[in-house]
Amino acid sequence: MAGFLQQLVQGLGAGAVYASLALALVLIYQFTGIVNFAQGELAMFSTYIAWQLTAAGLPFWPALVLTLAVSFAGGMLIERVIIRPVEGAPELTLVIVTVGLFIFVNAAAGWIWTFLIKDFPNPFPAGALEAGGISIGLSTLGVLAVVGVVMGLLYLLFRHTKIGLGMRAVAANPESARLVGIRVGWTLALGWGLASTVGAVSGVLVAPLLFLEPNMMGGVLIYAFAAATLGGFDSPVGAVVGGLIVGVAETLAGAYVGFIGSDLKVGVPLVIILGVLLLRPQGLFGRAVVERA
Amino acid sequence: MSNPTETDAAQERTAAPPTPPRPAEWWRSARRQWAAAAVLAAAACYAPFQLVPFHVFQLTMVLVYAVALLGLNLLVGHAGQISLGHGAFFAVGAYTAAILFDRWALPYPLTLPVAAGAAFLLGLAFGVPAMRLRGLYLALVTLAIAIFLVPLLKRFEELTGGSMGLTLAKPAPPAWSGLAEDQWLYFLTLVVAVAAFLLCVGLLRSRVGRALHAIRDNEGAAEVMGVRLSVHKTLAFAWSAMFAGTAGCLYTWVIGFVSPDSFTVNLSITLLAGLVVGGLGSLSGPVLGGLFVMFVPGIAQDINDAAPGVIFGLLIIAVMYVAPTGLAGLAGRLLRKIPRKE
Repeated sequence: MAGFLQQLVQGLGAGAVYASLALALVLIYQFTGIVNFAQGELAMFSTYIAWQLTAAGLPFWPALVLTLAVSFAGGMLIERVIIRPVEGAPELTLVIVTVGLFIFVNAAAGWIWTFLIKDFPNPFPAGALEAGGISIGLSTLGVLAVVGVVMGLLYLLFRHTKIGLGMRAVAANPESARLVGIRVGWTLALGWGLASTVGAVSGVLVAPLLFLEPNMMGGVLIYAFAAATLGGFDSPVGAVVGGLIVGVAETLAGAYVGFIGSDLKVGVPLVIILGVLLLRPQGLFGRAVVERA
Repeated sequence: MSNPTETDAAQERTAAPPTPPRPAEWWRSARRQWAAAAVLAAAACYAPFQLVPFHVFQLTMVLVYAVALLGLNLLVGHAGQISLGHGAFFAVGAYTAAILFDRWALPYPLTLPVAAGAAFLLGLAFGVPAMRLRGLYLALVTLAIAIFLVPLLKRFEELTGGSMGLTLAKPAPPAWSGLAEDQWLYFLTLVVAVAAFLLCVGLLRSRVGRALHAIRDNEGAAEVMGVRLSVHKTLAFAWSAMFAGTAGCLYTWVIGFVSPDSFTVNLSITLLAGLVVGGLGSLSGPVLGGLFVMFVPGIAQDINDAAPGVIFGLLIIAVMYVAPTGLAGLAGRLLRKIPRKE
């Protein structure tokens, strides 16, 4: 039993990371209807910026704040420069453009920082809490806490600020939002900025667990997609819940299903995506879209 | 912009109702097409006798990629669906051929239909759940397949050779042909590529092709016209996987070695990039894309290991902005600018 609980805790820790990247995906999808295949790579790039700042001698937390600010600006810039020209284009075009961005950002990071792996400092202390035979690493708790805080901040932003209200209006109906005087263009850019910031958080959380290298987020991205599909692409809460479920499912499958083991764990998101598409395509928390042809 | 021939042509296009071409004109344009095809065929048959073996090998690989891109083009360019995992079907074809060849010592010509069939069935199996929904989910599912395939290949070691892969004998040229190995492989690939091309053209000119174009251009309207969306989308996916599997089988013949790390997600993304740059929805796009995939990374790598990715990424985005029909579209535009003798 203790072993099972231990696995559960580990799964939640992994799930929190997936949840944070899934949150970034869902944010962009809500505002622009784009599934951003470059989200993981943007997060990786942000993590490199954080690494560069700490390597230059800045303490971790100021470096993180600076990184988040840079990511926010970078996300807005990408929306204004790269996404704006294809706004409203067919889904195929949008996917191809974000895939192009994926390739470009990945290679650019490799060009600037080489493909050699780098050690990323762990912001959380190394110890662990012992309770009832299971030990919870402080870093796991830290990751869960950070994702909780990000979730809470986003909730406050969307529910209790004027900017958040405007953003929800744009997500619900861009034309009507424009008619009541909301600057839709800037709001979309803001959405990308926010998503990049949340993505940067997930990158910084992942980097100490894996190693920092340009392909770091490739594996995480597919889990985040599974999480967003499971929770529903239009639901931030769903993304977090989905992320935790995916993390737990993956860890338990790896630990208890002998055939899967640690190497085939990456099949879990595929099974989850297929399962959700077959049984409940809108996801657990998503709304089914009714379309007028 | 005020090129007289171009504006005249534009006026002609807008003003004149689309009349069926007069027989003489049709004959002239058909003759031109046949002439172009004959020149191409002659060049393709002449080239391997003039080039050094390494360049013949490179040309062969261009054809292999072109076959894969032909399939991807059917799906992305003609049916408007997205696949980020065609490398996986490529790998399935390659491994099917390798395993049949290696374990059961099947004669190599027989591995081709089996590899193509395996990829077709796999495409059908994954297309059914993914195609019931919007194209976006297809992109997710195919990406997940591409990521999952590599550890899967490493797991079944007794069959696939694990991380070490399988090394095979390449098809030997028969004595009557008098060809060297590289030339024989080139002609084998050329024959398969031409057959695949003709099959693809036939498919697009048939009912299926018209249905796919209707789906790409307006799903709602297509459905109202009686096109069964899920059937055609799923079949397009399966056909497309079949072409990728065929290309994979050719790859095994030509390289004589398969390993999981040759078929990572990067292959899938490179294929998509090559197709977009070559030209979505055009017949020459796959060949131009094959040239691009084969030669650009090699040239760019001399600058920096990351340069191919930077170039691919920038080019994809640029192509989507300024030339959605890719190199094929640009070439077509240039050709039309050349004034014709009347």
